[in-house]
Amino acid sequence: MRSVLPVLSVVAAILGFWLLCVVPMNMHLVADQAQRDGLLVTPDTPVARQDVGGVALALKNTHLIPLTYEFKRPRLPSPQQVGREMYATIIDKKITSKRSLVYHGWVTLAPTLLGFLIGTSLGILLAVGIVYSRVMDRSVMPWAIVSQTIPILALAPMIIVVLGSMGIQGLFPKSIIAAYLSFFPVVVGMVKGLRSPDGMQLDLLRTYNASKAQGFWSLRLPASAPYLFASLKIGISASLVGTIVAELPTGARAGFGARMLVGDQYGQPLVSWAALFAAALTAAALVGIFSLIERVTLKRMGMAAA
Amino acid sequence: MIWVLVAIVIWALGWWINIRLSNSARSDETLMRVAIPVIFGLTVVIVWEMLVHGFDVNPVILPAPSSIIERLGAEGPRLWADFKQTILKGAVSGYVIGGGAALAVAVLADRSDFLTRGILPVGSFMAALPIVGTAPIFVKWLGSDWESKAAVVAVMVFFPILVNTVAGLRDTSSMQRDLMRTYGAGYWPTLFKLRLPAAMPFMFNGLKIATTLALIGAIVAEFFGSPTVGMGFRISTSFGQLALDMVWAEIVVAAIAGSAFYGAMTLIEKRVTFWHPSQR
Repeated sequence: MRSVLPVLSVVAAILGFWLLCVVPMNMHLVADQAQRDGLLVTPDTPVARQDVGGVALALKNTHLIPLTYEFKRPRLPSPQQVGREMYATIIDKKITSKRSLVYHGWVTLAPTLLGFLIGTSLGILLAVGIVYSRVMDRSVMPWAIVSQTIPILALAPMIIVVLGSMGIQGLFPKSIIAAYLSFFPVVVGMVKGLRSPDGMQLDLLRTYNASKAQGFWSLRLPASAPYLFASLKIGISASLVGTIVAELPTGARAGFGARMLVGDQYGQPLVSWAALFAAALTAAALVGIFSLIERVTLKRMGMAAA
Repeated sequence: MIWVLVAIVIWALGWWINIRLSNSARSDETLMRVAIPVIFGLTVVIVWEMLVHGFDVNPVILPAPSSIIERLGAEGPRLWADFKQTILKGAVSGYVIGGGAALAVAVLADRSDFLTRGILPVGSFMAALPIVGTAPIFVKWLGSDWESKAAVVAVMVFFPILVNTVAGLRDTSSMQRDLMRTYGAGYWPTLFKLRLPAAMPFMFNGLKIATTLALIGAIVAEFFGSPTVGMGFRISTSFGQLALDMVWAEIVVAAIAGSAFYGAMTLIEKRVTFWHPSQR
């Protein structure tokens, strides 16, 4: 709780900087619009204004500064505009409406969660295989590590289209991207976790004459829990970003990614910005949920929260 | 059908060799540690080639490895131009700007405990801003050439490096700090002789995560507008022409560049943090 005040002040500093930037970023557009509306603007031709910087133009036309915060199609929308747009599309709109961000959020969230579930389960299975089979460890593990350095996310839109042309559509293609992105963090984390019991603990189980299965269920699996949670938190946010990128191709009509694209292409920056922040909030909420589960689980297992 | 059978045989053969190798007495030697994954990789590529022929897979869906390699050879100059535009101009300059800024902010923030506690959670939140949303904004602001890509990359790599460096700068024990105080060392000597070196393992963790992010950022940002050169541009236009072998050729280049970038960071890390337990 003691970090509430510092967080609030950092957020306030960022908002202040944002508010300052809004004026010079939008000044030229606002000045052009003001002239068309018959307001007094110095210098009075668009060409002459091009030679003046945003800050200088704002200082010459102080009466136009308030307008920059309420401009309809800004280069940089003001925080209050984004806030209002988010309020309008999240709370005011009915969830069934095509313009509701909750609706679009669910369209993105559903494949994310499905993919995350698939990726995590497969990742845990592969990790168990790697820990118990020397061949898999030696031949697959190096590739699992190398594959994390490959910018596969850049291909997400293509993979969607290819799968679409094979007749696979809807929820599933996006889930594959999400699954892929959560897969490797889980593999790497779980391998580390399943190997974390030290020699002393393994020896103890041997003196108990424990079987391999007993060793797995009562030592290795519990010992891997902190590592698993760390991987899950990385995996879920990677999955969400993956799903959003996967929504980019023209096919997607709903979802956060589609909203961002629509806002960009139809000159509605507010739509893009609202979707952007809603997506970040969703990611933060998902990671927050996992942190909570982590804290409760580890506490009940008698381990200090990592 | 014969291709499929051959593929199964080759898969079994590769797996059998690997079982023999990894259970042999010499399996801990460096040569074996490299040979086993290489054999596995080769097996996968050969089986892929066989299956593409065996099932007559449409090259628009999945091209054979041989045609990808052919493309790599034939389109060398063009791939090199894309590589220069996207990786050298966009990704690397953005990486340097973002990393430098993150380092400076981390050192500044570290002077006050108050700021540190505020920056860490906000930094994690900002890192969750999806690139897809920021890329079109930067392209609109800075034009479609490499400057906008560098900006996207700088923003993407900024927060992971910042969060890791801030965490690292706090990773000195009070015993170590007390020792510096008994030496009469002020803020700056303590920073350079104790806290920055102690932060290095954390910082490199962030720097290594950021290498992949930088490549992704530079490539994805090109989907939103670019000059007629660049890896992201080539991927989307080749895809439009259904030239999937060209798309895969770019992927191979991106994969090699990504691994090399990551490898370079790991090498530097080894040199700089030779004293850390994980490196010994």
